[in-house]
Amino acid sequence: MENIGNDFPCTRVTPEFWIGVRDSIPLVVGVIPFGITCGIMALTAGLTGEEALLMSMFVFAGAAQFIAITMLGTGIKGWTIIVFTTLLINLRHLLMGASLAPYIIRLPVSLQALLSFGMVDETYAITIDRIRKKGYSASYQLGANILFYSAWIVSTGVGVLLSGYISDPLAWGLDFAMPAIFLAMLIPRLINHTALAVCGVAALVAVVGALYLPGKWYIIAACLASTVVGGLMEKEGNDAN
Amino acid sequence: MRTEMFWIIMGMAAVTFFTRFASAVLFQQTGVPAWFERWMKHVPTGILTALIMPSLLLPKGYLDVSIHNHYLLAGLVATVATYFFRNAIVTMSLGLVAMLSLRFLGV
Repeated sequence: MENIGNDFPCTRVTPEFWIGVRDSIPLVVGVIPFGITCGIMALTAGLTGEEALLMSMFVFAGAAQFIAITMLGTGIKGWTIIVFTTLLINLRHLLMGASLAPYIIRLPVSLQALLSFGMVDETYAITIDRIRKKGYSASYQLGANILFYSAWIVSTGVGVLLSGYISDPLAWGLDFAMPAIFLAMLIPRLINHTALAVCGVAALVAVVGALYLPGKWYIIAACLASTVVGGLMEKEGNDAN
Repeated sequence: MRTEMFWIIMGMAAVTFFTRFASAVLFQQTGVPAWFERWMKHVPTGILTALIMPSLLLPKGYLDVSIHNHYLLAGLVATVATYFFRNAIVTMSLGLVAMLSLRFLGV
């Protein structure tokens, strides 16, 4: 009963991998301005180009990198405070990891580690959208991860090179690609009362949380509150499907 | 490369990887309990909503529900586009066109 539900590691690896790459292209368009901004900000904050690239290669976490770079730029240079802040900002990945765990834990551990390293907001969204449409595929997830990872490093490098020539790539409006595509992924999920309630609670808590909570806590708060409501509603009403 | 910078980056990398891998490690031996899976099933909807809403309603960090909020207007266009076309690329393209035209027109 071990390999049910995934097509790794045998024959269909390559096509699924390339479909993962292809499906990620629109979202990558939205990530490039952030990568460029990351490179520019890093140099502005006093990091070297080498350090900026190393951070993008090893950390691969947009929001955490922005905040760490901002802290370094304002003279906060303590290891503990920066690493601890990074941990708090990325705690939301525990929830994403838990929601993918049922699929991931069937794979070889080294592959689990590799896929987990590449799990960011965008690659998570792409992977769960594929699960909704066709089921889980490790190759697909790997394709999405590799495209985002490459794009993140290359765009950080472009930012480092262009630093001083351009000021604010986020003013281009391309950052709107992210919410637009996430909307296209969210709306097909809203097929019953439970899903609508989860979405409503998450929206409310996220907006209030974004106003009053520090950092990325609004994502964790919204996710916890809404999924508990969803779980409870399902238990009572059984209107899941 | 400065040594202290190197270790800050390595520390950030370690805790980030921990947050991404810990859940899988936790359930490695036991598998995912049914009640937990039923709960986690709603995480995609919750996370997607939590990522979208603030970027549409608070694009600059404060609540902005007005016709001057291009992100909100373009988000409405993207929502309508999703209902009609059910295609992420069409949604993104129409959303971006709306975004850039609003900017160009200076609404």
